[in-house]
Amino acid sequence: MKHDAADYKSYVGKKAGIIIVGIILCVVLFLLTISVGAITIPIPDVIATLLHGPGGTGLFDRALWNIRIPQALTAVVAGAGLAIAGVAMQSVLRNPLASPFTLGLSNAAAFGAAVGILLFGAGTTGSSIADAVVVNNPYLTTICAFVFSLATTAIILAIAKVRGATPETMVLAGVAISSLFSAGLMAIQYFVDDTQLASIVFWQFGDVSRASWSELGLITAVVAVCSLYLFIKRWDFNAIDAGEETAKGLGVNVSRTRLLGMIAASLISAIVVAFLGVIGFVGLVCPHMMRRIVGDDHRFLIPASVICGALLLLAADTVARTIIAPQVLPVAVLTSFLGAPIFIYLIIKGRRM
Amino acid sequence: MTGDHSHHGHMHDHEHMHGDGVIHSHPHSHEENHEHHSDCPGEAILRVDGVAFSYKSHSVLEDIEVGVSRGEILAILGPNGVGKSTLLRCMNMILRPQKGAILVDNADLSKMSANDIAKNVGYVAQRSEAARMTVFDSVLLGRKPHISWKLTKEDYAMVEDALAKFGLSSMQLRYIDEISGGELQRVCVCRAIVQEPSVLLLDEPTSALDLSRQMEILHLIRHVVDQHNCATIMTMHDLNLALRFADRFVFMKGGKIYAACDKWGVTPELIQEVYGIEVDVIFHNELPVVIPK
Repeated sequence: MKHDAADYKSYVGKKAGIIIVGIILCVVLFLLTISVGAITIPIPDVIATLLHGPGGTGLFDRALWNIRIPQALTAVVAGAGLAIAGVAMQSVLRNPLASPFTLGLSNAAAFGAAVGILLFGAGTTGSSIADAVVVNNPYLTTICAFVFSLATTAIILAIAKVRGATPETMVLAGVAISSLFSAGLMAIQYFVDDTQLASIVFWQFGDVSRASWSELGLITAVVAVCSLYLFIKRWDFNAIDAGEETAKGLGVNVSRTRLLGMIAASLISAIVVAFLGVIGFVGLVCPHMMRRIVGDDHRFLIPASVICGALLLLAADTVARTIIAPQVLPVAVLTSFLGAPIFIYLIIKGRRM
Repeated sequence: MTGDHSHHGHMHDHEHMHGDGVIHSHPHSHEENHEHHSDCPGEAILRVDGVAFSYKSHSVLEDIEVGVSRGEILAILGPNGVGKSTLLRCMNMILRPQKGAILVDNADLSKMSANDIAKNVGYVAQRSEAARMTVFDSVLLGRKPHISWKLTKEDYAMVEDALAKFGLSSMQLRYIDEISGGELQRVCVCRAIVQEPSVLLLDEPTSALDLSRQMEILHLIRHVVDQHNCATIMTMHDLNLALRFADRFVFMKGGKIYAACDKWGVTPELIQEVYGIEVDVIFHNELPVVIPK
């Protein structure tokens, strides 16, 4: 048997094939997702409405363009963003348990939201599941959450600057800050009144229906820019995987790549959490699912994880909206319910290419 | 041939020469062949010029002067903790020396970008981590300093050739976390080769390998140096392997260079002064062999 670059190219081609299949699945699931709900819109009508473009006044037009499409797109963007942030965190921190929330970003965001609700009387953003909750000033809550989770990143980076940007320093600093904010959050929850407590708890249940078109645009912009940066650095991440010294020998500025990778991943996580609340598991598990299928090569791991994240969150959102219809579950509940069994199956049976 | 007696005379020159811990580029010795042996022959492709390095206040390297020419293998020898690996890491600016300069083809590395340094100097670390990547992927990574956005035909061709040369073709699609230590070491050296450096730095290339793998990897390195007309600098613990494969030797002691010589300069006295143990140096097939007493 001949062993040459052509063999390798066909091997790499298979990985590209998996990604293409993922994209197709994503499109199919997207159409399926927006067709189901309180009223079921047949797929041909869905496609016709999509081709029409926005602005129609029919029932289908309004249901799709005003509610379902932004919600499904939010699921795609948030899932993709959380997954790529997870890949970056795991590579930067050299820790398989790293996820967008390892460094305390979600606790900081939740604390920030609670502070917003408590001090400024802000409420949760409009949500299909939080009808009972008072909505006074949704943007303030979002801004507080975003500021707190970015501040957390800044503190961790400052510590890393002083002590050297080693994975250990960043993980340990993150764990410390995370518990600090979770203690703060508990304290706030203990003292607030019932209405505020409800707002705080509701805020924490991640939910993709919170974002409107303009908010979706903002999230998408941040996720796209940061993801592009991380994808450009794919060779650097591969080199760091081969060992820090090897990477330096290959001309990679390891500390700078780590810091910028952290910043990109944190920005993605912060914007998603601030607008949608805490959506766990996607960022931790999607990269691992894809590591088992396409391997650790970031050229393929990054796009594959993006698609996996989008798929998982889309699927979770679809189930969340239909499983006990007309009641709607927060999507964050479903990500783990759906993701965990798939993940355990992959741990046991995982096919390694 | 037992050369230990006939070369005693050289040794005393060495002692005087290196009493101050400095290698002089023009030794005071008047012996013609000695002068030839102790300095880098020809134009140095890489030159370490008065380098000093310290971790915070702890000085590791002082006043280092070393050079290596194309087609030459230089072994850096000395006891554990003497600064061999630190010196090697200074040579490609993984560690930035506080004093002195590293010149490759007369260009100062401190003025180059990390990527440009990587195009000139390849480095194989003592320990490599085995990620979930294939042998081909891992070697392809060596092209990283040359890749702008997309891989070219040349990149693939070069990796294909190097894999064949290193006997890795048949395992090119295996994951490196599933291959043996000797194979992984070959992958790492192979990766440094496709980097197309003019100088190759190897930190303990034979540690953790069995006898036949040690010979195999050193033969490969010799072959690469001869064929690509590049230079190799490697740190070693196994004196006899170093004596067999390297052209010149630098002995370090206390963060300084204690002696530089070719195989004729390796004497029992030198080994005792550097390593503190008594040895015999016998010659076998024209090669010195160091045997502890």
